[in-house]
Amino acid sequence: MSTPGPGRDAAAMTAKPTSAGNLLRAFAAQKSLIGLLILMAVVTMLSPHFLTTDNLLIVLRQTSINAIIAFGMTFVILTAGIDLSVGSVLALTGAVCATLIGANFSLPIVLIATLLFGAALGAVSGLIVSIGRVQPFIATLVAMTALRGATLVFSGGRPIDAGEGVAADVFWYIGGGYLFGIPVPVILAGVVFLICWFALSQMRFGRYVYAVGGSEQVARLAGINAGRVKVAVYAISGLMAALAGIVLTARLQSAQPTAGTSYELDAIAAVVVGGTSLMGGRGTLFGTLIGALIIGVLNNALNLLDVSSYYQMIAKGAVILLAVLVDSRSKAPN
Amino acid sequence: MSKTLLELRNISKTFGDVRVLDSVSLRARAGRVLALVGENGAGKSTLMKIVTGIHQPDPGGEILFKGTPVAVVNPRQAIDLGIGIIHQELNLLPGLSVAENIFLGREPRRPFGPIDWRQMRSDTAEFLASLRQDHIDPRQPVERLGVGAQQMVEIARTLSQRAEVIIMDEPTDALTDVETAILFEAIRHLKAEGKAIIYISHRLGEIFAECDDVAVLRDGHLVHEGQVADLTEGQLIHHMVGRDITDQYPYVAQVPGPVLLEVKNLTAQGISGISFAAHAGEVVGFAGLMGAGRTELGRAIYGANRAVSGQILIDGRSRQMRHPSDGVRAGIAYVTEDRKSDGLIQPHAIRTNMALSALPALSPGGMVRRGGERSVVAEYMRRFAVKAPDMETEVSNLSGGNQQKVSLAKSLLAEPKVVILDEPTRGVDVGARREIYTLINEMKSRGLCVLLMSSDMPELLGLSDRILVLSQGRLTGTFARGEASQHAIMERAVA
Repeated sequence: MSTPGPGRDAAAMTAKPTSAGNLLRAFAAQKSLIGLLILMAVVTMLSPHFLTTDNLLIVLRQTSINAIIAFGMTFVILTAGIDLSVGSVLALTGAVCATLIGANFSLPIVLIATLLFGAALGAVSGLIVSIGRVQPFIATLVAMTALRGATLVFSGGRPIDAGEGVAADVFWYIGGGYLFGIPVPVILAGVVFLICWFALSQMRFGRYVYAVGGSEQVARLAGINAGRVKVAVYAISGLMAALAGIVLTARLQSAQPTAGTSYELDAIAAVVVGGTSLMGGRGTLFGTLIGALIIGVLNNALNLLDVSSYYQMIAKGAVILLAVLVDSRSKAPN
Repeated sequence: MSKTLLELRNISKTFGDVRVLDSVSLRARAGRVLALVGENGAGKSTLMKIVTGIHQPDPGGEILFKGTPVAVVNPRQAIDLGIGIIHQELNLLPGLSVAENIFLGREPRRPFGPIDWRQMRSDTAEFLASLRQDHIDPRQPVERLGVGAQQMVEIARTLSQRAEVIIMDEPTDALTDVETAILFEAIRHLKAEGKAIIYISHRLGEIFAECDDVAVLRDGHLVHEGQVADLTEGQLIHHMVGRDITDQYPYVAQVPGPVLLEVKNLTAQGISGISFAAHAGEVVGFAGLMGAGRTELGRAIYGANRAVSGQILIDGRSRQMRHPSDGVRAGIAYVTEDRKSDGLIQPHAIRTNMALSALPALSPGGMVRRGGERSVVAEYMRRFAVKAPDMETEVSNLSGGNQQKVSLAKSLLAEPKVVILDEPTRGVDVGARREIYTLINEMKSRGLCVLLMSSDMPELLGLSDRILVLSQGRLTGTFARGEASQHAIMERAVA
């Protein structure tokens, strides 16, 4: 993930610089990357602790959970939808995962069951959106509230221990281990990025996602089953939230019933900062990756600079606003 | 003869280099109903948009209100002068009450600002009473009223604005017979009060029954003005359509192949009991007035509208059309009449738009084969002479004609057997039109079955092997190429 090679390809794919207009678009696609580099340069000057291998690995590890959720969120936002339920899905799937680990199930079974459960939760939101014709905001707001409640009921409001059981040691490795000196969550996020990038930019399904977001009416008349595409993107978002839930639970060795609260906001911010339009049909996964890194670097920098957590929230809001303003300015000529 | 309230002198209007209105002059008199008639695209709506301040006439034209030249530079000014319009699509806020709708933005106030509800209601009741519509409660939300009553609310609104000239754009299209009768009664009251009514309609029966004067527009020219009583229905139709077909339509005679598409007793939204068969290598034209059901028929065959009953057979096989994907699978392509909102994803590239319907074929195993996609898109851009820097150009940057070509190419890329073209040349300039006609002939020579739905009669007559006429959702006439004439078609279209 430290080499954004495939990501650059992704940006180049949607914005092939063959004419002046496309060149401009290519530049706009890279704008968040330029923003990230500027941010890193500024932080490097302000703190000597920032640009060290150890710290950068910490940044990547802390970013990985948000990045995984944001990759799923990108699919949803590309269809002009939104998924507010990811934080609650994370908490509920995390609780289920910890319970299964504690009940001595083998690791592959736990992981597959948890991921499928997350995808199913997302698919339900998708069905409410496509068949129930409920606004995505409302449908997933409902899911966010109800699933948080379900998590509290399921856990009795107490953390669920995931440190016992036959698979507990290997399980921990998913959240806290290293592979070739790189944190496992970072490797997971990288693999997820590659799979999602492939689905979005190389597969027919990805085209359908962009088409449904660009104009549902046109997509429908072109013979695309828009409802099915929507169910799929919410299922993907749920799947990603479940993966994030597994990573977080593994790292903490327990599932907190309040885990993931307000994670949907960081994920949406990453997508939007990455240049994806909330109106749908426009955006890249590479942008989301950069957006997630910007938010991660910012969090890290504010900690390094010893900014109180109250001020951190204000600073974060300001930077997101700045990024979105720059983005909407550059799109204004249209 | 009674006083002239509104007079138009030499009104012309050019959009780009298309002249939509050419030196049109007409008068609307107090206490009389002027019928404004003409085919779709004759310039009626443009003329009314000029009168109501939405468009400005080209220099040289003059609008006189009660004999005084006036400039109508915006809709507000038209209202202030006393010109009201009731649009085909009603402009009411459904959740607000009758009185709130009538006084929207002009609510009577009490001292210090609050709305004077009592005044508003009593004024509303008064206006409704003057239309003999006392039964409408001013406090009722508009959404609970029928279409006819809603129209009365619109008329009451123009009265509240002290309108003296009231324009009605195809007001009876959405009305039942009873509502229509009530509307005409209201119109007679307005006449008696000395208002001038401009009545736009396709329905000849209404014109002969209710209107006093008639003005006929054709291709932006005023071709006839006079009293209704001096005309026969046949003469009026002749005025509406009487122009010659030039040979701008490159018809190619060809022996049609076997039957490809068979529609049996099809009933769906907006159409009922339609049956016909169409052959390979045949262009079947569909004529009809706006709202006659041409678009609805096309959408039902394609699967975009669900059929209530009836059968669709492709190559002799009965097919269920529940979704456009069924149409695509059955080998049908549908090129929509509204390419801006239904045909193309405006902010996306030519390439991704063109490939959309054909993606299943271009992506075996779910993976898009980039090379194959590029080469087939490049080939279609060449064949269709799409003028654009490259295939990554955003569709929104293309002209109407080029967008239409992309839209056509998108449908043909999926290699259909039946192509439904809904108004393929609307908003397309003359040059690109010619290219589209050539493409239609090319489809025909490749053995495709083309259903051509068009409001442009010369185009239909020029390209079709056969013409079917729809009126109010039903098939009212079938003409072989030799037998069809504008006059004969128009007679069936108003039936």
